[in-house]
Amino acid sequence: MPDTRADADTVIELTGVNKWYGNFHVLKQIDLMVKRGERIVICGPSGSGKSTLIRCINGLERHQTGAIRVQGVKLTKRAKDLHAIRGQVGMVFQNFNLYPHMTILENVAFAPIWVNKMPLVKAQSQAMHHLARVQIQDQADKYPSQLSGGQQQRVAIARLLCMNCRIMLFDEPTSALDPEMIKEVLDVMVALAAEDITMICVTHEMGFARTVADRVIFMDGGEIVESNTPQELFEHPRYDRTQLFLSQIL
Amino acid sequence: MTACFSQTAQMPLIFQPRPALPPPKQSVGMIGWLRANLFSSWLDAGLTVMALFFLYRALPPLFSWAIWNAVWFGGPQSCAPGADGACWAFVADKFRVLMVGLYPASEIWRPLLGGVALIALALASALRIGSGKIRAALWVALPIPLYWLVNGGMGLSVVDQSLWGGLMLSIGLALAGIMCSLPIGILLALGRRSDIAVIKALCIGIIEPIRGVPLITILFMASVMLPLFLPVGLEINNLLRVQIGIILFSAAYMAEVVRGGLQAIPKGQYDAAKSIGLNYWKTTVLVVLPQALRHVIPSLIGRCIALFKDTSLVIIVGLLDFLGMVKASSQDPEWLGHDAEAYVFCALIYWVICFGMSRYGRSLERLRKKDGLDNA
Repeated sequence: MPDTRADADTVIELTGVNKWYGNFHVLKQIDLMVKRGERIVICGPSGSGKSTLIRCINGLERHQTGAIRVQGVKLTKRAKDLHAIRGQVGMVFQNFNLYPHMTILENVAFAPIWVNKMPLVKAQSQAMHHLARVQIQDQADKYPSQLSGGQQQRVAIARLLCMNCRIMLFDEPTSALDPEMIKEVLDVMVALAAEDITMICVTHEMGFARTVADRVIFMDGGEIVESNTPQELFEHPRYDRTQLFLSQIL
Repeated sequence: MTACFSQTAQMPLIFQPRPALPPPKQSVGMIGWLRANLFSSWLDAGLTVMALFFLYRALPPLFSWAIWNAVWFGGPQSCAPGADGACWAFVADKFRVLMVGLYPASEIWRPLLGGVALIALALASALRIGSGKIRAALWVALPIPLYWLVNGGMGLSVVDQSLWGGLMLSIGLALAGIMCSLPIGILLALGRRSDIAVIKALCIGIIEPIRGVPLITILFMASVMLPLFLPVGLEINNLLRVQIGIILFSAAYMAEVVRGGLQAIPKGQYDAAKSIGLNYWKTTVLVVLPQALRHVIPSLIGRCIALFKDTSLVIIVGLLDFLGMVKASSQDPEWLGHDAEAYVFCALIYWVICFGMSRYGRSLERLRKKDGLDNA
């Protein structure tokens, strides 16, 4: 069962979170504690509420009941709270969502300039630094559509690095990629995991989960079915539903 | 065991990509173009031959009427009635009226200067001289000095607006109409997609009634009915009322065009903007509108062209724009029977301006291709 006790190290805290799309109950009484620097992989069949769950954490979706706290700030409708939380939580999307009308450099320097009011020159040199970290600095003047999917996703990760956020949410970051490009993105994510960054990653890359995750969460029907270390969960799943799911994808 | 394995294992075959070859000769160059565009099938070839025959029959008579047998200079007596050439002398004689209406001759340098400035800026835009930001700023700022130049005041003698007319009036109405209706249209389109029900209802309440009536109705309302509703003492002159009518009409159409562009923006773009903590206005101005407007450049240019041509409707509320002046001039008893020349001239000027806008729109689209927005 998920751990429900919060302590000083807890950065994300969900208690009794429920969400409905119309009459459809997508998230059922979710409790989740995430510690600083913890790396969590969420898996589960489509429609199980994985994406909705992490989209609730930065307020892209609004939960109806229960409480979500990020670094102590409670997520409410107030724009101020939303901004406080979004400043600390970055998100990588399945379809990259780069801005197609801006160059790669402009994409990456965008948030520091317009949200954090950083001077242009400083923002651009910082952007180049992070583009170099994801090994894409030589594409800085191109437009997103001129890059491969894997390159675009690495740019999206560099965009997050520029915001200096300590919490990163990944919503199926490799699902829209060609097989040959999955590795280059996972390599970047593995490198990130070595740093003191809290990661929550929705993915079906079980190899990634094995090497990186501290904890794997299996969701079905809007609930957290079980949550355990990757070894335990993959080798000794407690529920039949988990067994069935793992037998399909492993 | 391992030795045995390495003996039986085969070396992998080395994959060598084939070199790229040039395309067959018949599909490129002049011959390739002719084949592909004019003679790709029997039907195509037949149509090409018919079109060539039509041009052969139509062009020479047109040429001899418009140029060879035409009378270029002189008074009314130099154009014989029933001659088989055009009487451009008529257009030359009426040129000032066609351009600026009844604008006093002593002040003619003012609209002339304004026109030169406008043409210079249009050429600079067409040829992309100077930085785009400066050109855009000039376009936004230009209407104010132009208005001052033509209207007078602050050192210049005031020219009554009832004397304005001709091409100057048409361009003035269209320019102010485009400049004002685009931003209003964008705001209406954004409002129509607002989450706030009151704003949404208000915008729909403005857009739909205006789109539901012809421009002529709006011009009549502005010209005839609006003064009845205005409080006593507050007077807005006829030209301004008509201009406001044109702006509102155009804004409603612009709004729908822009809304189409807004709908083309994927939800992920909003997600990405929200997730970095960007607020509504920054998201709209920096992320959404640059993409949305680029998507609808062809339709926006189409609206601008339509607006320019629609200004000719102001004749029904007593303003003599370019077309109105053509009509008035051709009723001059000294020059009876030459209205065809005036209308051809009028059509030519309209065409040059509209085709110019159209080409400019095309060049903007090519710019968009370069940005890679089209294959995104």
